[in-house]
Amino acid sequence: MPHKVDIAFTLNGRPVAAAVPVSASALQVMNRDFDLTSAKLACGEGECGACTILLDGVSRNSCLTPGVDLDGRDVETVEGLWTGNGMDLLQDAFVEAGAVQCGFCTPGMVMQAKFLLAPGKKLTRDHVLRGLEGNVCRCTGYHKIVDAIVAASGETS
Amino acid sequence: MALPQNQIPTAFEAFVNATSIDEACKALAIGDGTVVAGGTDLWVQKDEAHKTFGPRLINISNIEELARIEIGRDRIRLGARVTMSDILDNGDLGDIAPALCEAANKFASPQIRNAATIGGNVANASPAADAVVPLLCLDAKIELSKWDGKKISTRDVPADAFFSAPGQSVLAVDELITAISFEHPGTNPIARFFKSGPRPALEIAIVSLGFSARLAGGKLTNVRIALGAVGPTPVRARKTEKLLEGQRLTDDLKAAALDTLADEISPIDDVRGSAWYRQHLARTYLQEALHDAAQS
Ligand SMILES: Cc1cc2nc3c(=O)[nH]c(=O)nc-3n(C[C@H](O)[C@H](O)[C@H](O)COP(=O)(O)OP(=O)(O)OC[C@H]3O[C@@H](n4cnc5c(N)ncnc54)[C@H](O)[C@@H]3O)c2cc1C
Repeated sequence: MPHKVDIAFTLNGRPVAAAVPVSASALQVMNRDFDLTSAKLACGEGECGACTILLDGVSRNSCLTPGVDLDGRDVETVEGLWTGNGMDLLQDAFVEAGAVQCGFCTPGMVMQAKFLLAPGKKLTRDHVLRGLEGNVCRCTGYHKIVDAIVAASGETS
Repeated sequence: MALPQNQIPTAFEAFVNATSIDEACKALAIGDGTVVAGGTDLWVQKDEAHKTFGPRLINISNIEELARIEIGRDRIRLGARVTMSDILDNGDLGDIAPALCEAANKFASPQIRNAATIGGNVANASPAADAVVPLLCLDAKIELSKWDGKKISTRDVPADAFFSAPGQSVLAVDELITAISFEHPGTNPIARFFKSGPRPALEIAIVSLGFSARLAGGKLTNVRIALGAVGPTPVRARKTEKLLEGQRLTDDLKAAALDTLADEISPIDDVRGSAWYRQHLARTYLQEALHDAAQS
């Protein structure tokens, strides 16, 4: 039995607790302990961004974040964007722009975009391109994703 | 994802979520600890068979003292868990240490920069560690702390005496890197950082080069040249520095400097680039640095 540690943190606005193996990644904790599957394991080494989540408002590759380091933090995933009466502005922008094809990279893209937009920033295409350097998409060719994020930031460049 | 069969992941058996340097050092004093900061090296390497790590995981991400950037009149001090994003977001470092900021700017991706710490970059001791190259040019000191049974004792190791081989350094099992410090370089230092890879983001350097100097009365002084990925550790190019020190930058001197640099580095062929290409890049970067220095 791997050694487990009790952790407690805020997950998408709600206080939660779990006993997690010390060697587990934050991604495994999301997937296994909370059945949250939006953050995806793809490369498993920080190159693709499909596992991007927000930790205390800051984007991180959850595959490389120790699960035990979630203790005491504020964790956000795409599942937390659903408000009960609809999608987040950013999700609407992705749909509107046709920025989703197979969808595998989308949750990571959306969370990274959330980080980029954070304090009501107006983003240019260059900001967005630079901000998405750690997120890989093999379908869309990126343009529509960039369009969506620029639109969501209230700027049409 | 199933691990390939030859890979045995490290299974950590204990966890210390340290909130002070004291607590982290006392846990390290037990002798079986592995420090984790951002995890961007460790969480990849723990699944590699040829690496072994102590089973007691000691998290230093919540130690506030280690997250400080102190800009003093004489010295700059970066806590070990300052991230690449922290360096880029700091309003003063851009003027004081532009080459360090450029290294942080060319580092990986936004998500990795948000996690990757300067202490982790140093401790991991990769020959290609980006932040180390400008730190060598700044004559940086690595502050190591440990619990000696009664109190925390510290020692400062110059960055260029810290590394011994790929992944290896003078860091002892019971020691924690607590800070990286360097002398305030004064106003308008000449400082550059170059790094090559097939794309601008998420690249381990094929070659990186840092250059710093002052120009006094048309002569170069305080010349520092450091390179990554041209040897088993990040290195200073001391012979080339010596050749340039106190000299006026003539075309002959520039040409001689490029040849001296080519002689004193010993890059290898590997998946990222050939030895020949690395030599070519190193020369090109130094040429560009000297060209800029002459203009400034
Ligand atoms: C996708 C990807 C891209 C990358 N790109 C780059 C790049 O462009 N340039 C580059 O230089 N590196 C790069 N790296 C490597 C890595 O991100 C850096 O070396 C980073 O600075 C490591 O910091 P960390 O806090 O994540 O270290 P961790 O992974 O937490 O630790 C790394 C090692 O250092 C030890 N350690 C950490 N902090 C301390 C301390 N304070 N005292 C003692 N020991 C300590 C740990 O025990 C571990 O062995 C990349 C990594 C990934 C996964």
